[in-house]
Amino acid sequence: MPLLPDGLPKFAMNEIVPNESKFGTEPPSSEDMSRRRFFEKLSLALGGFCAALLGVPLVGFVIAPLFRKAPNEWLSLGKIADFEIGRTVNVTITDPSSLPWAGISAKSAAWLRRVGEEQFVAFSAHCTHMGCPVRWLSDAKLFMCPCHGGVYYGDGTVAAGPPPKPLVRLAVRTANGQVQIKAGPIPITNTL
Amino acid sequence: MKRLALGAWQWIDDRLGLADLIGPAAKHLVPHDARWWYTFGSATMVAFIVQVVTGVALSFSYISSSSQAYETLKFITDEAPFGNFLRGMHYFGASAMVLMVGAHMAQTFLFGAYKFPREMNWTTGVLLLAFTLVMGFTGQLLRWDQTATWSVVIAAEQAGRVPLIGDWLAHFILGGTTIGGATLSRFFAIHVFLVPALIFVFIALHLRLVLRHGISEPPVAGKPVHPETYRKEYHDELKQTGVPFFPDGAWRDFVVGTALIVAIALLAIIFGPPALDKPPDPSVLQADPRPDWYLLWYFAVLALIPPALEGYVMILAPAVIGILLLVVPLLNNRGERAASRRPWSIAVVLLSVIMIGSLWIAGARSPWSPNFDPQPLTQEIIGATSGPVFEGARLFQEKACLNCHLIDGHGGRRGPDLTYVGDRLTHDNIVIRIVNGGVNMPAFGKSLKPDELANITAFVESRKQPVPTASLGATQNK
Repeated sequence: MPLLPDGLPKFAMNEIVPNESKFGTEPPSSEDMSRRRFFEKLSLALGGFCAALLGVPLVGFVIAPLFRKAPNEWLSLGKIADFEIGRTVNVTITDPSSLPWAGISAKSAAWLRRVGEEQFVAFSAHCTHMGCPVRWLSDAKLFMCPCHGGVYYGDGTVAAGPPPKPLVRLAVRTANGQVQIKAGPIPITNTL
Repeated sequence: MKRLALGAWQWIDDRLGLADLIGPAAKHLVPHDARWWYTFGSATMVAFIVQVVTGVALSFSYISSSSQAYETLKFITDEAPFGNFLRGMHYFGASAMVLMVGAHMAQTFLFGAYKFPREMNWTTGVLLLAFTLVMGFTGQLLRWDQTATWSVVIAAEQAGRVPLIGDWLAHFILGGTTIGGATLSRFFAIHVFLVPALIFVFIALHLRLVLRHGISEPPVAGKPVHPETYRKEYHDELKQTGVPFFPDGAWRDFVVGTALIVAIALLAIIFGPPALDKPPDPSVLQADPRPDWYLLWYFAVLALIPPALEGYVMILAPAVIGILLLVVPLLNNRGERAASRRPWSIAVVLLSVIMIGSLWIAGARSPWSPNFDPQPLTQEIIGATSGPVFEGARLFQEKACLNCHLIDGHGGRRGPDLTYVGDRLTHDNIVIRIVNGGVNMPAFGKSLKPDELANITAFVESRKQPVPTASLGATQNK
């Protein structure tokens, strides 16, 4: 063991004497051993307690968004007369339950089509393949996805490419002369 | 003066124990012939240090709020002194780290350096590779522009395919059921605190293992690893021919590390940081999200795997690759180390490079994506100024056929090139394809009127290779 000139050991941790008594080189008594076992267990228990005290709120805080309810309100998009029959338009939805600092990222979009005097259909703008934003090509009457080439017909059914499901339809209604849509969660495809 | 300084150093060193801490690591013996091939590991660490330094600097101005991050990045890029340079360094530093960790891994594999007793060196290295890729992806998201917000959705969609807990994982990534205030801040915490902390811990462990087991000697054909005798042979060899790591071995690490930093700085100066996309407004659907280059190959995988297998590939492939990488040394930890005696190891590395390289090229070209802004067909290409062919050409563009098909270099590449389709398909074939669709082509039967169908068919049918003048003359002479 390297020693300093005054004879003291250089590192305190080099003075490990596990099988000796607390004060010297005599063999530890059974009382010493049971005290050590107790202190070992006490230290480990306190460490575990502290870890739980910090860990439980940490985990709870991090996974809290999982338990936040999805937006489920009817949101007005405008007067019925503002929408032309047969035309598919892009409408903007702002999540009413978003956090105050969400800014423009709280917005989302949907495709809305007026199909009758008071009948509307709305499609999520998320491709069911990977969630990319689908675009409506009005002359071709197709929705197309820029990411992996998913194509949907005007009724949302898959026309080509990798999407496993049709476009998700959103709840839409008319009330008090207004077109209203239900802001929902981003549709997550679970199909394997 | 010199004596005073020496005395001060001795006092500090006695109290802090720096020489005892660093000395043995710096002076430990390494194989004398461990030369340039052995610098990839330290180069990876140098790139990581660049990331830490530039990341800390950027965090002085970056605000991890969904409503402000984009503006702060614009400020950093356009106004803050050195902001543009630091962002560029951070971007190219990330690229360098990914490249160096890949090179280090390939070299370790080819040299058989993962074998006894260095199995856990390899395993901790695999985890560091995973952390590096997570840093790359989360770093792209912190740009918090349009591409970033859509990339979060794509990540959530992929997580959503995991059986049973898919929805939970997706919502964990989104920070809720939609993109919003909680989304960016959790990626910031992961990118800035959580994963870097893991990287620090695992680098420490990795280096500890390097010191514990020593730097592997270059492999020699016909000198296999026998776990029973390897340690003794290694240490005997070191005692005879080993050299101290510092400076005999380390100087090359300093040279490569310096070259890497200079290269990163030059790239940052010449090319600058990646341009910010449009603001992070998910209601704007004119978006074309693409990952940064090091994940472009995976973007291609998602487009090219058969849809029926997609979910399984998406979930199982990363898991299987990860597990395989982790257990490589457990499957094969003894025997020959030289690549010349392990030709399959060369094949594995070459195949991996070719596979990732080809997928990368495919991802960069992404021919499966429609071209939303095709160059219009010119009158020369159409070959008519009126009549069914001309009308058909107009409809061909209007009905988005040109978004997916190429004609004389104009249009998309998703479908077949139709420049000379008239030479290979008959009139009836063309009609059937348009009406019924085909492989990856929508059916247009319901959306086209009969005259529109006739005109488009006339245009498509007219796409033929021009008859060479000479043969035309020969035909006329007959």
